[in-house]
Amino acid sequence: MEVMPILSTLRRNKVGAMLVALQIALTLAVVANALAVIQRHWTDMTRPSGLDEANIFSMANQWVGQPDDLAARIETDMAALRALPGVVDAEATNSFPLSGRSWVWGASVKSHQATESAQTSVYFDTVHGLAAQGLRLAVGRWFTPDEVIEFKTNEIKSTPSVVLSAALAKRLFPDGQALGRSVYVTGDEPERVVGIVERATSASGTGMEYVEFSTFVPGQLVNSQLLYLVRTKPGQQQAVMRGAKQRLLEISRLRILNAVEPFSDSRTNLFAVAAATNWLLATVCALLLVITACGTVGLTMLWVAQRRRQIGMRRALGARRIDILRYFHTENLLISAAGALLGIATGLGANLWFAKHLAMTRMSPVYIVAGALVVLLLSQLAVLWPALRAATVPPSLAARGL
Amino acid sequence: MSGYYLNLAIRCLRRNVALTALIIAAVGVGIGATMTVFTVLLAMSGDPIPAKSSQLFTPQIDVWGPSARRTGASADSQLPAGLAYHDAVALMQAHAAVRQAAMYGISQVILPPSGEPMPRGGRATYRDFFAMFQVPFHSGAPWSVQDEVAHRNVVVLGAKLAAQLFPSGNAVGQEVTMETGAFRVVGVLEPWNPQPLFYDPSGNAFGRDEEFFMPFTVAIEHQLGGNSLLCHSGLSSEWTARLESSCVWIQFWAELPNAAAARAYRSFLRNYVADQQKSGRFGWPPLVKLSNVRQWLQIEHIVPDEVRLNALLALGFLLVCLVNAIGLMLARFAGRSATYAVRRALGASRFDIFLQCMVETAVVGALGGALGLTLTALGLAGQRATLKSVSAYTGQLTHLDPSLMALTVTVAIGATVLSGLYPAWRAARSPIGWQLKEQ
Repeated sequence: MEVMPILSTLRRNKVGAMLVALQIALTLAVVANALAVIQRHWTDMTRPSGLDEANIFSMANQWVGQPDDLAARIETDMAALRALPGVVDAEATNSFPLSGRSWVWGASVKSHQATESAQTSVYFDTVHGLAAQGLRLAVGRWFTPDEVIEFKTNEIKSTPSVVLSAALAKRLFPDGQALGRSVYVTGDEPERVVGIVERATSASGTGMEYVEFSTFVPGQLVNSQLLYLVRTKPGQQQAVMRGAKQRLLEISRLRILNAVEPFSDSRTNLFAVAAATNWLLATVCALLLVITACGTVGLTMLWVAQRRRQIGMRRALGARRIDILRYFHTENLLISAAGALLGIATGLGANLWFAKHLAMTRMSPVYIVAGALVVLLLSQLAVLWPALRAATVPPSLAARGL
Repeated sequence: MSGYYLNLAIRCLRRNVALTALIIAAVGVGIGATMTVFTVLLAMSGDPIPAKSSQLFTPQIDVWGPSARRTGASADSQLPAGLAYHDAVALMQAHAAVRQAAMYGISQVILPPSGEPMPRGGRATYRDFFAMFQVPFHSGAPWSVQDEVAHRNVVVLGAKLAAQLFPSGNAVGQEVTMETGAFRVVGVLEPWNPQPLFYDPSGNAFGRDEEFFMPFTVAIEHQLGGNSLLCHSGLSSEWTARLESSCVWIQFWAELPNAAAARAYRSFLRNYVADQQKSGRFGWPPLVKLSNVRQWLQIEHIVPDEVRLNALLALGFLLVCLVNAIGLMLARFAGRSATYAVRRALGASRFDIFLQCMVETAVVGALGGALGLTLTALGLAGQRATLKSVSAYTGQLTHLDPSLMALTVTVAIGATVLSGLYPAWRAARSPIGWQLKEQ
């Protein structure tokens, strides 16, 4: 089709064409990278924790006045919570997936390994941990009562056994035979892997590589601040939540109960910044596309206005309206395709730089190519109205002013 | 003359409303989005104590040795971020700086005479803390050296906590009951909350409040553990073991008023660790590092990568909006070339035309800036609303102060004028005769 005349016209209007192309390129680069950020957040926000999220709530319990019978008090609290109607099980722990209270240690497969094999979230749980969190065992078993030992704050003791998340088991033992093997998490003594849960995410819910790496340690942490986790029967969460708080205050008022919230709230709070960033970036991207489209409309309108006489002449020489329409669409396609190519290169380049310096994930080229197609389509739509205006230029215009 | 151009500019703006609105929208939206993101970045990378940030220094000592380091990064960048108790006490006793204070963050439940117990964050430190960091006192004064030596239960309250505990006013001389016992109030601060919390940025440098301060020696006597504890080996629940361990949990700051003092302190530190090595504490030649406030905030990586990334994206966004504005302004001036031709024919110079176009551009920039300011305020309000649960964002991070407003408008006008240069230059160069003939 008539590409050569278009090119020779463009050569006489370099600046305008370059501006449009540059705009398309920058838009594509910015939008693609913003979408990559949004997508990463979205992955974090929607990743299942491995717990029975719908039926769990938690409370932060803090004892006032440093009582010296902490272990007994925790025992009493737990017994009371487990006895409440509607409760499946309860647990007092340092942390749980997506609680936001990170407790991260190194895990090794040999003792005194120079560099740890992986970083893992560490959760202290008793025999009740499995049911209280609704974790699903893939293989093996959960802890037995004789394995569970008491941990004081800042104390490290080796435990006879641990339970790993499937992702961590796979990382430590790539041959897939983790059950029954030894790992070193809490110290220099080997701990036997007695069970593997299908899934358990980190407490922070982020951290690309380590997010699925979790270790459950058979221990009752005796600390004046603990998280109480309660799993209820379906549909009874609200009622149990009210009752549980009341019951604990009946046992003792010398405590502060904070953050009594269903699991869904913990999740929302944990990802509040990510969600806000996503909204901001999504709004910016949408605005960016609108502005780019408006800019294209504006410039094409100008070109149509400048070429009214030429259009009139072409019409007088026999060009149909569709030919004029097609001229402007082809012109736009040439410019924006050049811009899109530049944009793909810039966007991927920027992403590589971000990945190197700002801990960003690498973006799949498929995304940016898809983005390029969207931008091209948008650009073609933007040019439609000015092109239609051009097509209405009457052939008689050619004769005027000669 | 420029008054005339201003008049002309406003007339012209009214002539082609759609195009004008489009340019203003492009500039405004670009500025709005960029400034919303940059407000957070600027707040995070601000200097928390501008008057003294180059005179305050914090040391790092290589207590863990080469075995704790990963290969790949430099040894210098992997020193523990804090001091072990042993070193903190030794540096305090050496008294080698004008002022110095060891410190660590603590938590206490405060029991008011009536009402619920209140869990609060505070700090155990030495009296130099207040003078060194220029902490403003509302009433009273820091505790004395005697209080430190005699381990007296004294406390300095932050403004917020003082108002909560003693709503009727004068708190100085009163008693506050904490978990660890009764403390006598010796001073009350004015509202003071440097952001980022440069002297202990670990964990959360923003939106954290420290509401009381007690002598370091008293906190140690009561065996109050810190809020953070980093160990390479030998973690223990025993208090004496913790004090003897190489776990780092104490921050230390020294005031060194000039370069000579900083040099002297560096060599003091080197001598100190060399002595420690000789005495057999370290089996390696220990490194030391002394950083001022700005360097320390860099080391502690205060501004998250995520925020930097967003800022770069926002900058890209502004760039697109400006390229867009250039295109639209080209269109605008080109559409008016006949008018310029008439003015040229009547005797206006090319420079006059250029000037007229630039004045018009500046007016558009100012209007874009006003729109941008509104959008920035809206964007920040939106961020605050969605981030209610994250304390840092409800405070200074999303606060639009007058200087930031001025910056927003300046950036808007500056960027628009910059992008108007080429279109105006082109408009001034367009030929006269040809345009006039077309009429």
